[in-house]
Amino acid sequence: MIGSPRHEGMMQRLLVGRMFQGRLLPESMRTADGGRVERRTDIRFSFDGADYLGCGGDTLASALLANGVHLVGRSMKYHRPRGIVAAGAEEPNALVAVVRGGGRTTPNLRATQVELFEGLEAHSQNRWPSLNTDLGALVALAAPLLPAGFYYKTMMGPRGLGLWHRVFEPLVRRAAGLGRAPRVADPDRYARYYAHCDVLVAGAGPAGIAAALAAGRGGARTILCDEQAEPGGALLSEIAALIDGIPAREWLAQSLAELAAMPHVRVMPRTTAFGCYPHNMVGLAERVTDHLAAPSPDQPRERLWRVRARRIVLATGAIERPLVFPGNDRPGVMLAGAAREYLLRWGVKVGSRVVIATACDTAYRAALDLATAGVAVKLVVDLRAAADGPLPQAARAAGIAVLAGGRVLGTHLRGKRLDSVLLGRGDDGRRRWFDCDALLMCNGWTPAVHLHAQARGALRWEGERGVFLPGEPAPGVESIGACNGATDLAMALAQGAASGGGAVPVVEGEVPALPGPAHVDAAVAGDAFVDFQNDVRADDVRQAVAEGFHAIEHVKRYTAGGLGTDQGKTGNMNLLALAAAARGTPIPELGTTTFRPPYTPVSFGTLAGPARGEMFDPVRTTPLHAQAVAEGAVFEDVGQWKRARYFPQAGEDMHAAVRREVATTRAAAGLFDASTLGKIEVVGPDAAIFLDRLYLNAIATLKPGRCRYGVMLSEAGFVMDDGVMARLAPDRFHVTTTTSGAAHVLAHMEDYRQTEWPELRVWLTSTTEHWAVLAVQGPRARDVLAPLVAGDISAAALPHMAVRDLKVAGIPARMMRVSFSGEQGFEVNAPARHAPALWDALRPRIAAAGGTVYGTEAMHVLRAEKGYIIVGQETDGTVTPGDLGMAIGRGKGDFIGRRSLARPDMLAADRRQLVGLLSDDPALVLEEGAQIVAQSAPPPGTKALGHVTSSYFSPALGRSIALALLAGGRERTGERLFVPLARGSIGVAVAAPVFLDPQGGRLHV
Amino acid sequence: MFEIAEAPPATRLMLRGAPEVAARAGAAFGVVPPLEPCRANQAGERAALWLGPDEWLLLAPSDADATKLAAALEGLVHSLVDVSDGTEALLLHGAGAALALSAGCPLDLHPDAFPPGMATRTVLGRIGITLWRRGAADWWVEVARSQAAYARAFLAEAGRGW
Amino acid sequence: MLLIPCPFCAMDRPEAEFRHAGEAHLTRPPDPAAADDAAWADFLYHRANPRGVIAERWRHVHGCGRFINVLRDTVSDRILASYRPGEKRP
Repeated sequence: MIGSPRHEGMMQRLLVGRMFQGRLLPESMRTADGGRVERRTDIRFSFDGADYLGCGGDTLASALLANGVHLVGRSMKYHRPRGIVAAGAEEPNALVAVVRGGGRTTPNLRATQVELFEGLEAHSQNRWPSLNTDLGALVALAAPLLPAGFYYKTMMGPRGLGLWHRVFEPLVRRAAGLGRAPRVADPDRYARYYAHCDVLVAGAGPAGIAAALAAGRGGARTILCDEQAEPGGALLSEIAALIDGIPAREWLAQSLAELAAMPHVRVMPRTTAFGCYPHNMVGLAERVTDHLAAPSPDQPRERLWRVRARRIVLATGAIERPLVFPGNDRPGVMLAGAAREYLLRWGVKVGSRVVIATACDTAYRAALDLATAGVAVKLVVDLRAAADGPLPQAARAAGIAVLAGGRVLGTHLRGKRLDSVLLGRGDDGRRRWFDCDALLMCNGWTPAVHLHAQARGALRWEGERGVFLPGEPAPGVESIGACNGATDLAMALAQGAASGGGAVPVVEGEVPALPGPAHVDAAVAGDAFVDFQNDVRADDVRQAVAEGFHAIEHVKRYTAGGLGTDQGKTGNMNLLALAAAARGTPIPELGTTTFRPPYTPVSFGTLAGPARGEMFDPVRTTPLHAQAVAEGAVFEDVGQWKRARYFPQAGEDMHAAVRREVATTRAAAGLFDASTLGKIEVVGPDAAIFLDRLYLNAIATLKPGRCRYGVMLSEAGFVMDDGVMARLAPDRFHVTTTTSGAAHVLAHMEDYRQTEWPELRVWLTSTTEHWAVLAVQGPRARDVLAPLVAGDISAAALPHMAVRDLKVAGIPARMMRVSFSGEQGFEVNAPARHAPALWDALRPRIAAAGGTVYGTEAMHVLRAEKGYIIVGQETDGTVTPGDLGMAIGRGKGDFIGRRSLARPDMLAADRRQLVGLLSDDPALVLEEGAQIVAQSAPPPGTKALGHVTSSYFSPALGRSIALALLAGGRERTGERLFVPLARGSIGVAVAAPVFLDPQGGRLHV
Repeated sequence: MFEIAEAPPATRLMLRGAPEVAARAGAAFGVVPPLEPCRANQAGERAALWLGPDEWLLLAPSDADATKLAAALEGLVHSLVDVSDGTEALLLHGAGAALALSAGCPLDLHPDAFPPGMATRTVLGRIGITLWRRGAADWWVEVARSQAAYARAFLAEAGRGW
Repeated sequence: MLLIPCPFCAMDRPEAEFRHAGEAHLTRPPDPAAADDAAWADFLYHRANPRGVIAERWRHVHGCGRFINVLRDTVSDRILASYRPGEKRP
């Protein structure tokens, strides 16, 4: 070993970022001029509690580097110190949490994408107790014991499960992983919009700008989005080239001004095109306020845009690849292109003495620009045997030493930062430590084909450069610029202009970079990382292949390479190359990995948008909601509806209120809001035939002015819905459905009407919300109503199951003599706007009759005492009408579901049938859903005979009752069975499902 | 920016039937139900919106008498159902209305794609609506009575922050 | 989100306005009682579910309300045609 690590510059680094004599030290690595930052104002920010200064236009990463800070995090598995690698969205290491107080903590943000603002507070992640002293780093000592597949091999298996859940998993979870989610609700607002355009251009680099200009000049509705704060991409760090005779940055400014002046063009900075979806839909995440020190409360934090574009133009650029060598993950080792960008965009030198290792010409641009800025470029180590292109020649001419055929053999960390690098030459065994504070690397560029692939475009392998390029695209999608293989500015601009049929800008003064293949040392071992974020080393990839994981998708899953939040943007091609080398096959034979949205993480808040809290789902209230509130109702959610569940009086709990409501209704009268019932008006000469084909019951024979209960079956023969068919006229029916079934039943009816029987002359109109329904039930129901009704509602004039249009309290109403309580019952349908007036008219009469208002809970008890089913409670999609003891209407022909009722399984004797259950203890109310067995102490594995579907305390019987579905139940009446619960078995007797007034006399009075 | 106003109660009739039903209804109602898809015809305070190939929503002031229309249609196979109280109408006015609607409506609301005089059922966030563009910056939004509060809150929220 | 051409509205409409309604061109036997159990089970439950082009039904529930037939490639999601019920598969 020649030479040794040296320690100069240590004092300076120790002082950086610390308070010194009461004031902040200025940045140490900022250039005197150049770049696009605003130097006049200092922006104060903190990282891990230490205060620093930065400039306007900085990212957190550029500001930290300006302060000489490279160490920003610990790696997930081995807790190795890690630094900033990249300058953009591909950053694998520099994940930070930004804290804004009051629940505004966002973990796992890439420091390269966090814009600096006054007072920014950021923290490193995955370290304890601190970034500098991280006890988790001891894990690294056990690295040989934590190979790929460690978790699968060690933690799995039935015997280990208990230990895994209790001991290992919590430990692993604490030691590994990234940021922590905040524990309080996110107070920010998020918005969501649809947008439409002729051309969506994703990426505002040279190609994207040229494409947007061409589209906009042609009059197309155009959206140009870019994930960065400032549009321009590579143009922002282009200082040499001229475009159409003016400096590139000048051309950029002019182009953006022209785009801004076009009313049909929208330029969206801070907006990531994160996903491409079928039929040209693109998801955009726009960051609205994250860069502001004091955002307006009116503005959403982020907006999600779902853009439908006739044409999608992808100008997403390319991502620089790291080299895989031992110690390539030390803070201070970073991508060469990123170092150049930090210099030219942000005026930040990433080091004072740098060594550059490359397998690609573009790194020489970094060498030249850094040297010009006064950085000591000590050596360019070119891994290729020869480095003779125009750029290497330019570097040599500028006095930069170039070592072709070199190798990087190791790096050395001193404190928080790289301090030397071990270089070798060819295979001659000579090696030497070079002192440096930054090692810049480049292994070629990977076109960012993510969106192209998400849109289901094909990929093609370009072996000479070792890249996948867009192949056959999805219709309406095209790729331009670096993501389409363009290697220089002229080519990018030309592709962009061509996409919109525009004039091609002329480029001068650009030294071309010759394309060449990526370099992968198949034998590289030790701490040579392929995936920085998930701590995957070259050794792990070889081991996965050796263990038989050959397809790249399997290698990824086994090693976790590419599965981090960065999705392996920098590492995947190296992973692929190493796996291919280990297998001895060409890269294309391993296949590519699947590109899935999102391109970069999108917060849940953004995806949820406004759909949270009250706006998560519509809250539907009935026209009588205010009346129920005034009565002191307690509401329950029934789907989206708020329904009055019970009306407690002073001192009453729910049970007491429900008992009173039930008993009062049975004794006198009850008023119930049934407005949520689905209602469909079925009109046309064939209405009766149509309904006859859709219901179990005989509808065709129903006379005008009469109602009939109807059960709707699915074609498979199972009960789907039920309701009342009221025949208003020979060609007009008012059909009710269950509350939750309204939309589904209408769709089911429309399906048969439109597609099976288009010859039937019948139409369906939903009247659910037009009619409010006030149910008046109980022996005194008629007494309550009669004085208000203009007409005769006596039992003779309006018998049970009759319907008639009448005026009630001066309001035109559709009155039905129907009952869901077993008592004399009226359901008054009134247009919704009149419902409150009708309620107000009925309410005092109910009170005068000694009656009550009642809610859904009492409604349930009333119907259960009568054995009336509720679809969805007594039925679950596997219950036939026969199971419920219901017969097919007399004289009926075919109807939907009939044939299925004759299938063998539908006729089996041991089908579960509706029965009543009476528990031995009359005070005990069974649990709904409880299982029923024959033995009081059933051995494990005993098959249940049935289950409880409804269970209440019945005021009428003065005891508990239950409905149940029981195998061969009707034959078991009188049998004693058991409901086994954890606290012991409950004895029950099987009874008929109708507990009250089985002859139905109370209905007809 | 835009404003949301509630339309006064209206008479709403759902008319179903063949084109000759539309023709005869037009004579009696005062507005011919359009046969062209997704169009609305308007005359004074009355309008007829195409909702489907045999389906029209007729809008009239709340004191309108529907019996004349019903009488005119006698003898023709059709369906006419009063749905006046099933929906409410929100009236949106202003240049920002289209943007607010686009928070929940996936249709292209650019005047080239959704010109004045176009009407259709569509969605707004989690609910279904009937959307009728009466002018460049005037929208009529039919929304189920129980979902009107959601629609109002949704649109107000969508209009914030611009 | 798919963009589905509606033959009744005569324009492309977003998937959010539609409900999927299963495979198209399943004909309900004219006399179900005459179908044997196997044939009936086939009608009820067995679907082709192809990898490739499928004829499927959608209902434009938040639009014209009509059921329509659509030819869609299940691999690429490309829609090859849409047509009215009762019309022959193109």
